[in-house]
Amino acid sequence: MTQLVWLVPALPLAGFLLNGLFRNQLSKSLTGMIGSGVVLGAFVVSLLIFGEVRHEGFQPAVVKLFDFITVGKLSIPFAFQVDQLSVLFLLIITGVGFLIHLYSTAYMHDENGPQFARYFSYLNLFVFSMLLLVLGANFIILFIGWEGVGLCSYLLIGYWFQNIDYGNAAKKAFIMNRIGDLGFLIAIFFMISKFGSVSFDEVFGKASTVSTGVMTAITLLLFLGATGKSAQIPLYTWLPDAMAGPTPVSALIHAATMVTAGIYMIARSHVLFDLAPVTQTVVAVIGLATALLAASIALKQNDIKKVLAYSTVSQLGYMFLGLGVGAYTGAVFHVMTHAFFKALLFLGAGSVIHAMGGEQDIRKMGGLRKALPATSITFLLGCIAIAGIPPFSGFFSKDEILSAAYIKNPIYYVVGVFTALLTAFYMFRLYATTFMGGFRGTPEQQHHLHESPAAMTIPLWVLAILAVVGGFLGIPAVIAPNAHWLAKFLGPVVGNETGPETELAYGAAWELIGVSVLMALIGTFWAVGRFSKKPELGEPAGFGKVLANKWYVDEFYHAVIVRPLDLLAQFLVFFDKNIVDGIVNGVGRLVQYGSRQLRLLQSGQVGGYVLLMVLGILILFLVELFTGGHGVSAAAGAVPKMATPH
Amino acid sequence: MPINYYIFLSVALFCIGVAGVLTRRNAIIIFMCIELMLNAVNLLLVAFSKMHYHALSATTPNAGIDGQLFVFFIMVVAAAEVSVGLAIIVMMYRNTHSIDVNFLNRLKH
Repeated sequence: MTQLVWLVPALPLAGFLLNGLFRNQLSKSLTGMIGSGVVLGAFVVSLLIFGEVRHEGFQPAVVKLFDFITVGKLSIPFAFQVDQLSVLFLLIITGVGFLIHLYSTAYMHDENGPQFARYFSYLNLFVFSMLLLVLGANFIILFIGWEGVGLCSYLLIGYWFQNIDYGNAAKKAFIMNRIGDLGFLIAIFFMISKFGSVSFDEVFGKASTVSTGVMTAITLLLFLGATGKSAQIPLYTWLPDAMAGPTPVSALIHAATMVTAGIYMIARSHVLFDLAPVTQTVVAVIGLATALLAASIALKQNDIKKVLAYSTVSQLGYMFLGLGVGAYTGAVFHVMTHAFFKALLFLGAGSVIHAMGGEQDIRKMGGLRKALPATSITFLLGCIAIAGIPPFSGFFSKDEILSAAYIKNPIYYVVGVFTALLTAFYMFRLYATTFMGGFRGTPEQQHHLHESPAAMTIPLWVLAILAVVGGFLGIPAVIAPNAHWLAKFLGPVVGNETGPETELAYGAAWELIGVSVLMALIGTFWAVGRFSKKPELGEPAGFGKVLANKWYVDEFYHAVIVRPLDLLAQFLVFFDKNIVDGIVNGVGRLVQYGSRQLRLLQSGQVGGYVLLMVLGILILFLVELFTGGHGVSAAAGAVPKMATPH
Repeated sequence: MPINYYIFLSVALFCIGVAGVLTRRNAIIIFMCIELMLNAVNLLLVAFSKMHYHALSATTPNAGIDGQLFVFFIMVVAAAEVSVGLAIIVMMYRNTHSIDVNFLNRLKH
């Protein structure tokens, strides 16, 4: 079965080609069926492969399809890596991806045929690229997928490109990703020069042969790539703007899958990161800082999708914290649970936006619980999961990361728990403002309120169930010894890190759990108590204003990076227009002027011409005379000096 | 007779021809000057041919014959040129009622 792994990315690619090429011919229902069907097919194949990989003693396989690049000693095969880590990601991508495709068929129903097909072809292309990313058996294939998802992200953020702001958001995402990609690319070149190979097996095998300095440089560059793709400080500002895309896109690309590519990449190359402690510290600190910063911004956002976007950034920060402290299983676990509950929340938000006729401001919602029962219940489940209240999935994964952080450095833990408090607070602020209290929109909106069709609520329910039970895959040892299925499953790939619980004393582990649960509950009840009756509707003042304006980071970037670049560009335009063009036009004008003067020689007087001719011949004779025959004729080399008479 | 005399005469004839072409405006006179130049060259060719014949006839048969041949070629070309050139002059006179070459300055257009 592992030999058939190429089917997994091939199916979405086929869907992309079909929908993309025949978008004018296919009917909308057929487009939707192709788009969702191929992803479902990929999911089924992934499940079959998973059935094989699941067994104890499965040996990671590299399935080589063909030689991709062969230059000198460097050989890069087009090969797929089939092991526990990639299969887990396959399941997440195709499983959640299928649900979101299904949801999209209803959500995008107002689009006309070709646009609808364009949407699905982009979405299929995205799934294909993402699968390539997680399946690649070397960094080049990974990088192809990496760029592919970036492209699809750009295309889908700018799906409604008629709106100039959306187009700008797409460009912003693409350019910020490009900065990170450059780091990734340099890291790959570095690896080629140091190891002479980019395939995972060889690079990881030779990793210990290079110095720590080199390894730190490589891993820091890889991490730069991850900060771009996974929206970490300093390159995170594109993700909230990426909410310009359709909501299912936000759910799939900007919450569940693409933004976790950085985490996948680091978990995959954990061998390298283990050898560079400095980078690990950087990863942990950046992750923690991002988690805290984004959570604080989310407190004051009023756009339902923006809150979720900052929440995503914050949760990604958690995952990087996990990677930084060596809890690779925990980070991947959080990727999985996050994919469930964040996709659920985004799709729930999409359902709300759908019902509200495009309205995204939560201050104009309220009391939607009655009109949207299915959405509100699933959304609530998602909120509980992300807040980290047991026994929902978010609790287990977040707890695993926090315990590992505590062992590494208690300060990480304190900040992490505080962020968890903020997370619970802003999520329930969102829930309470949107679904509780009274309706605050216009009467027409109230009249229009309706529960979404089944194609939208079924994915919600499936994801809600996953968000509730997903955590049981990784029960900490302190609760039930030896019940952490995911750690056992991923062990062969990410290494059997000594589980945090085994190092923590039994009591301390319970204390940590107690503290984080307590924090989550405080955040939850505080927010519900504060916002369910009296949501904050006015403009924030004081510190709240700073948060509402996202710490003015965008303004800061604009002033420090965008403005100087603009000025430089203006200077270059000036330089080009005046100096470069001046030289070019000057040469042209000189030639014109010169030829105008030379034209006077052409008088039309035959005598004049003959005179010039004679003068020319005379000059040639004189030159010949004074150079003793070594002048013109010698230079021409054709005329022999003097034929010797017979 | 030394070869120098022939050369001086030939150069003098050629220079007269050049000067005539440059200074005169009458097309027929210009034409005659051109003929003068051609014949100056012919004279030189014959002279050199003769010189070579005297110097080398003991060892080489037909020495200097090529110079003589060349002269005949030039004469033939000159004859052809005269026929064309005179025809042009006749046409020019018919069109402009003049054989002044400065009258023909339309080459610049």
